[in-house]
Amino acid sequence: MSTLQQMRSGIEESYKEKQNRARIVVGLGTCGIAAGGNKVMEAIKSEVATKGLDVDIDFTSCIGMCFAEPVVEISLPGQSSVIYGGVFPDSVAKLIDGHLVAKTPVTEMAQIQIPRDASPYEGIPVMDKSGYYAKQVRSVTSRLGRTNPESIEDYIATGGYAAIEKAISMERLDIVNEVKKSGLRGRGGGGFPTGTKWQFVHDAAGSKKYIVCNADEGDPGAFMDRSVLEGDPHAVLEGMMVAGYAIGADEGIIYCRAEYPLAIKRLNLAIEKAEELGLMGDNILGSGFNFKIRIKAGAGAFVCGEETALLNSIEGKRGMPRVRPPFPAHKGLWQKPTCLNNVETFANIPFIIRNGGDWYAAMGTEKSKGSKVFCLTGKINQTGLCEVPMGITMGEILNDIAGGVLGGKKFKAVQSGGPSGGCLPTDKLDLPIDYDSLISAGAMMGSGGLVFMDEDTCMVDVAKFFLNFTQLESCGKCTPCREGTKRLLEILERICVGAGVPEDIDTLERLAKVIKSSALCALGQTAPNPVMTTLRYFRDEYEAHIIDKKCPAGLCAELLTFTILKDKCVGCGVCIKACPAEAISGEKKAAHVIDAAKCIKCGACVPKCKFDAIAKA
Amino acid sequence: MPTVTLTVDGKQVSVPKGTTVLEAAWKAGAFVPTLCHDPELTKPGACRICVVEVKGARNLVASCVTDAVEGMVVETATPAVVEARKTILELLLDNHPEDCLTCHQAGDCKLQDYAYFYNVKPGAFGGEAHKYDLEDDNLFIVRNMNKCILCGKCLRACEEKQGRAVIDFAYRGFKTKVTTAMDKPLADSVCVSCGSCVAICPTGALTEKAMLGKARKWEIEKVRTTCPFCGVGCNFDLNVHQGKVLGVTSNAASPTNGRDMCVKGRFGVDYVHNPNRLTTPLIKKNGQFVESSWEEALDLVASKLGEIKGKYGSDSIAALSSARCTNEDNFVMQKFMRAGIGTNNVDHCART
Ligand SMILES: Cc1cc2nc3c(=O)[nH]c(=O)nc-3n(C[C@H](O)[C@H](O)[C@H](O)COP(=O)(O)O)c2cc1C
Ligand code: SF4
Ligand code: SF4
Ligand code: SF4
Ligand code: SF4
Ligand code: SF4
Ligand code: SF4
Ligand code: FES
Repeated sequence: MSTLQQMRSGIEESYKEKQNRARIVVGLGTCGIAAGGNKVMEAIKSEVATKGLDVDIDFTSCIGMCFAEPVVEISLPGQSSVIYGGVFPDSVAKLIDGHLVAKTPVTEMAQIQIPRDASPYEGIPVMDKSGYYAKQVRSVTSRLGRTNPESIEDYIATGGYAAIEKAISMERLDIVNEVKKSGLRGRGGGGFPTGTKWQFVHDAAGSKKYIVCNADEGDPGAFMDRSVLEGDPHAVLEGMMVAGYAIGADEGIIYCRAEYPLAIKRLNLAIEKAEELGLMGDNILGSGFNFKIRIKAGAGAFVCGEETALLNSIEGKRGMPRVRPPFPAHKGLWQKPTCLNNVETFANIPFIIRNGGDWYAAMGTEKSKGSKVFCLTGKINQTGLCEVPMGITMGEILNDIAGGVLGGKKFKAVQSGGPSGGCLPTDKLDLPIDYDSLISAGAMMGSGGLVFMDEDTCMVDVAKFFLNFTQLESCGKCTPCREGTKRLLEILERICVGAGVPEDIDTLERLAKVIKSSALCALGQTAPNPVMTTLRYFRDEYEAHIIDKKCPAGLCAELLTFTILKDKCVGCGVCIKACPAEAISGEKKAAHVIDAAKCIKCGACVPKCKFDAIAKA
Repeated sequence: MPTVTLTVDGKQVSVPKGTTVLEAAWKAGAFVPTLCHDPELTKPGACRICVVEVKGARNLVASCVTDAVEGMVVETATPAVVEARKTILELLLDNHPEDCLTCHQAGDCKLQDYAYFYNVKPGAFGGEAHKYDLEDDNLFIVRNMNKCILCGKCLRACEEKQGRAVIDFAYRGFKTKVTTAMDKPLADSVCVSCGSCVAICPTGALTEKAMLGKARKWEIEKVRTTCPFCGVGCNFDLNVHQGKVLGVTSNAASPTNGRDMCVKGRFGVDYVHNPNRLTTPLIKKNGQFVESSWEEALDLVASKLGEIKGKYGSDSIAALSSARCTNEDNFVMQKFMRAGIGTNNVDHCART
């Protein structure tokens, strides 16, 4: 029996005991901390101390319901765990009095419950059956918000390090084949089959090989990888170790953006603990397999997420993409064969090794297997993290998970794939989410950021936003991307201020086509996507800006005119005070007027008028 | 050596394995422009002007960084290729001063040549252009970064040929610029003024200060010579205009040094027309140097040498010559010493 097996039974036993005590668990992922989680933790500690309660206090990471942070979970022995949302220090006493002292959950603050032996509480949605999680699966995210990410015991008790234990008793190629069988495709955006990549690195000549984990996550609106690193760091380490064993590497590097200090802290802690227990380092579990992992903090350039720029950055060079081929699998870090995968890709590996490739492949669609983690942001009721089976539709994510559009507004578009992706309109809500459908619709899976937009969004403005991002983040190496994205942006800026000319649409299309077909790396090749998809699905908005000099969404300030409707204005004069530009004048009790020459289109007057007399068009 | 056979614009061409599509296309007689490619440097595949269509490829392919493989079908001038190249040139020109009229590089500028060939005019997008100050702090080199197309040849030459790595890309996106560390003036950097960067720059971004405004590229006569400064024996071209040496340009065909040179060879030949140079012999009379004729001077030296040799013997005479003299001159000098004077006492300034 290995040392791990000896440890495991003891660890599992105490984990079970721990779960069976009265417990309060505070969500302390970055989102929880940002929402005030640490203060809630202090309040809980002092409340428990003053009341002299016998209750364990623990913390976990983000469970995905970022919209409900700060999140606190309370459970009594044998009873359902209840997760409360919006818990601020002033509501702590109420929760503790209710749930722990009176033993009655505070239903109005409860988000969800996770049932155990006893029957569930009345009136609280049951996780996996209703509410936020009804359409979700919890596979790679299964420990997020459920275990203490700084406790290796929690990890081991929930099946952790069983995959590496199993892997070192397997033939290397059998591991590669198992990953192939799972159908897992890279979660970093490209969707390259992971098993095939491992096969390349396995077959590549050379005795020194590297494993590199891409934790650069730079897309605006994406935080899947951060959540996984903060919530289940050991799973990423274990995935890398399995990869290392399979392809014959003894060294792994995690390239993590320095803006993720909590992730880096938890990773470092995890590495330390794993080394202490002999699960990492030399002669792992007596197998003769050596593997070490270190962290390289990236300085936060989006392009350093591109695999070859990332490798350059690790080597201490400027983060500029290299020409491929040679691919990293053949000539990667320091020109050695390198297996480079995304955080979520690696985090899936232990589950696949433990449960088998077939288990994983049973989820998802024909060509996109398994589950994918998405980040939901934008104009929706429930922003957060979710894990869904591939093939779910965009509409299901919007309505059943994100809780629909904020404020009852109409849905307009969703940007999938970040700055490299595209904007999909309403009629694509029934599009099944998989790599190939998204590409055929002009968008892409990307790393999993979904930005939802409502009817008040101007699509030219959206394209401008993303182009501004890519233009700034272009590494500057190749002409089409460096100069071309700048020109795309300038044209969009022009259109948004009413200076567009009809030929601009042709110029945008020609530039987009050339950049896409001739840029060196995927940053440039995909940078025109936001322009191309908005032109494809919302061309009329471009035309309205260019020809009618109007912004249909009423967002582009320069294209708006503010007028006072004579028949509605009662001459109360309130708007005069609101106007910072002294553009409004009028006699008392007579209809007022706006001097268009003075109006700076700030819109301050509109909400002030109680008579809806100021029109914006 | 194993070869591969591919089709370029309908023509079959066989090249050694490992040859790039670019070289194969050139071999097949196709015109493929390049800006960042240089046969002596690593290949970044950056400018993208060399794109071609390869059957089966999803995107256009940068020919300079793609290996030719058996059976490949390459088209170098399809509408998509031409559109991409023209657009790339438009993009470069949109961020470039319209200065061909007074630019020193005119006539020997790749950007100008390709713009002419593809009939691409400036101002296609009417966007922002860089407005960097002219950098002429270095004694020999003028940097006009407004004319820089960021091909990166200069910094690769500096690192790969000179081993200096004085300059590199800085900043990101449209603001990307070739600078010294911390964007300091070249004069305050570890630059050794070898001029390799100037020699390789395809545009007028880097120029030799001494030659600016002196002659158009096509008026200059190039005269190959050997460097007079040291014993390495670098070859280069004197740039001659109206009987005057304006400066030096290196020549890739030079057997010893190719385009590499040191600061003295590349920028030091201005002594040729230095007014302080001696052009007539001087004889010291009454403690004063006085100009004399060659006859008088040679007669004086001959009689003195004969006198000394007669009185003290051959080995009392030694000759020291300059490495700035040609090999032929130095050969004659030692021959004269050995055969005429009868001594082996010969030496020169660059011996150590
Ligand atoms: C501009 C750009 C940014 C990228 N950023 C990331 C990133 O932040 N994280 C990531 O995993 N992959 C990113 N990628 C994709 C990587 O290049 C690479 O395909 C991926 O990390 C491979 O891992 P996978 O096969 O597991 O997805 C980016 C690609 C590009 C072109
Ligand atoms: S496409 Fe953009 S990011 Fe990629 S190499 Fe070219 S300039 Fe750099
Ligand atoms: S606030 Fe409205 S009603 Fe009053 S003066 Fe202004 S426009 Fe007229
Ligand atoms: S939009 Fe602003 S500047 Fe114009 S009238 Fe109203 S308050 Fe004044
Ligand atoms: S660098 Fe070339 S294109 Fe630019 S101004 Fe000089 S000659 Fe003209
Ligand atoms: S002159 Fe020589 S050392 Fe100086 S930057 Fe140019 S190549 Fe480098
Ligand atoms: S200075 Fe000249 S060689 Fe250097 S990047 Fe610019 S154009 Fe190229
Ligand atoms: S010459 Fe091929 S990319 Fe520049």
